[in-house]
Amino acid sequence: MRLRSDPRGTVERAIGLVVLVALAVGPAIFNDYWVNTILTQMLIFGIAAASLIFLSAYGAMTSLAQTALMGISAYLLGNMVTQGGAGGESKGLTLGWDPTLGLVLAVVLTTAIGVAFGAVAARSFGIYFLMLTLTYGVIANYFFGQVTQFGGFSPIAGVDRYTPGFIGKIVGHPDKLYYIAFGVALAVYLAIRYLIRTPFGLSLQGVRDDPVRMSSLGYNVPLHRALAFGFASFVAALSGVLFVWWQGQIAPGNIGLASTIELLVMAVIGGLTRIEGAWVGAFAFIVINNYVRDVELPLVGGSFNTIIGLIFLVIVIVSPDGLMGIWDRLWRSLGGRGGGTPDSASVTRQAAPEASIP
Amino acid sequence: MLRNGDFRHLAPRLVAAALVLFAILYVLVISNPPPADGSFGDWRTTTYGSAFDDPGSFLLILLDAVTFAGLLFIVASGFSLIFGLMRVVNMAHGSFYLLAGYIAYEVQQKMTGVGGFAIAGTDVSTWEWVLPVLVAAAIVSVVGVVVQQTLLRWNQGQDLRQALLTIAVSVIVADQVIAHFPRSGTVQIGGGQAVSLTWPGWTERRIDLQVWNIEYSLARLVMLALGVSVGIGLWAWLYRTRTGKVIRAGVDDPQMTSALGLNIQKTFAIAFAIGAALAALGAAVGSSQGNIASGQDAQWLLNALVVVIVGGMGSLLGAAAGALLYAIVLTFSAAYLPITSDNCCSQYSIVLTFVLIAIVLAFRPQGIFGRAG
Repeated sequence: MRLRSDPRGTVERAIGLVVLVALAVGPAIFNDYWVNTILTQMLIFGIAAASLIFLSAYGAMTSLAQTALMGISAYLLGNMVTQGGAGGESKGLTLGWDPTLGLVLAVVLTTAIGVAFGAVAARSFGIYFLMLTLTYGVIANYFFGQVTQFGGFSPIAGVDRYTPGFIGKIVGHPDKLYYIAFGVALAVYLAIRYLIRTPFGLSLQGVRDDPVRMSSLGYNVPLHRALAFGFASFVAALSGVLFVWWQGQIAPGNIGLASTIELLVMAVIGGLTRIEGAWVGAFAFIVINNYVRDVELPLVGGSFNTIIGLIFLVIVIVSPDGLMGIWDRLWRSLGGRGGGTPDSASVTRQAAPEASIP
Repeated sequence: MLRNGDFRHLAPRLVAAALVLFAILYVLVISNPPPADGSFGDWRTTTYGSAFDDPGSFLLILLDAVTFAGLLFIVASGFSLIFGLMRVVNMAHGSFYLLAGYIAYEVQQKMTGVGGFAIAGTDVSTWEWVLPVLVAAAIVSVVGVVVQQTLLRWNQGQDLRQALLTIAVSVIVADQVIAHFPRSGTVQIGGGQAVSLTWPGWTERRIDLQVWNIEYSLARLVMLALGVSVGIGLWAWLYRTRTGKVIRAGVDDPQMTSALGLNIQKTFAIAFAIGAALAALGAAVGSSQGNIASGQDAQWLLNALVVVIVGGMGSLLGAAAGALLYAIVLTFSAAYLPITSDNCCSQYSIVLTFVLIAIVLAFRPQGIFGRAG
């Protein structure tokens, strides 16, 4: 029995419950296009955005490598499971391994690559970390574009035809993929919520707030950061597998600078401070993407990218903590309880540690 | 004597040092030329063999690396200057590069009046190269200052927010450039096809180096000379003029500098303009030597990032060292990775960029000449 009333928590839980129920019965209430395109895509990119927000909110590590890690796992899967043959399937190594083995290896290897990436970047903070992870992303993009054995410039196609036996066929069963994505998204959300309450999660937040003090308390700061990056890579790897099942193919263009920025835009629109923001941002981005794509701007012209750039600009100017930041501020102005996350996670306060020392 | 735990810190550095040593030895002595029958070889087989087998090719590749470093330095020094002064990571640097490259191309097309993708070098006078560069630099500087004044001035100190703002700018600028350029010499306006600026005619010859009968492109030497001039110019500006003194004071302590009555905001704007102008100069040189096309914004953002991550942010010397190391790795990995089959191994050269970053950061997380926090 709670003694103190918590209207905000109640409202948030109620909204969460409504969203969960709506998603659980999604195929019954939304039309096919919405379920198969918008919602499935939202769940998949939400998982990747959640890995970005996890690192940013709880590790003060804003990573631009998450799209690349998605792509690495999708490429690994594509290379290991496809058997070669017609169309783009002849691209890549076409090893034709068992899909279950391929799935496990793709996720495990991507996580290992993520730990290595994290180890190299573990001693870089703030804006340096952002730059370093951006170079990872661009390097991964060029790697898959240049190395013809792993696919080269054109896509590896038909990956969605090779799904593990315990999942069954997903080609022609889009609702199945929707529910898989829903289940994985829910599991990822709960896992992150759990992880940040464990001793590791708490010391990670200590590292975020004051790496120097944590280091003098005897905590291994680089190790915490590398492991957190490894966990985020694992989450990104899951979304990469789902992505390649959803799209059926993977190409270097899927992990280019534009895609990297798109994932960042999703995370920023949602808000870099709260995990829920990942799916909020992904939903907002994908809806805008679907319904604004063909609008041509008057006077200046240009494509959808100009519009998304302008939206991104406005969000960062008006509310750098995104829609969740607006939500938090709304509650604060109503006199409710303060924001649910510590201030140091906020975009406006995140800086390299040396910059914060006067 | 090793204390407990020392090995953990030492091990990555030992591995890194061993890798560097092996790479140097591989290029100098280990590698072999390909078999005479034209077949592929083993892990020791490279296109030219070692530096001892073919010193001429080695020297040419070294020259390619050093001259390319000149171009890298021009672009990256602008990026580094802006960061060093304002702690702004200008993610739009690559988009500025793209914009400047196309503007210079358009101006040169108008000036020469020849038209078409390829103007013969003999039709281009020095002035017809310099003026397009100046126009591009001026326009891109104005764009840079507008971005700085409207988007970055009011949120100084918020690193991440400023980086996000410049990312938004980079998306918009790159998209607009691709929508509207190139305008001349193509069937349709826009699309971001590859076009090329043309070096002035007098650079189109080869210089006899008087050693191993090597001739080397004068244009590439001009590229190096421009890089060195930019370096000397920036050094003289920062260390020998009053503006430079104010800038360096602003880097060390912005509040104290403005408390002394110096207009730090004006200095910031000047530095941002110069930084953007250097992207423009780099784009002109880069598109004269190669071309300018959509997608190069990402390429040059990566190049600038790698140079400053390796060399150290905000340091002139660091930008030079980073440019040289990165250029050496890029050029030599393209020429000295073993050839064991059709698919191996020069296409893996991009991996060595990552290895370079990892090795440097293993020793110095701030980059070679970066100041510790």
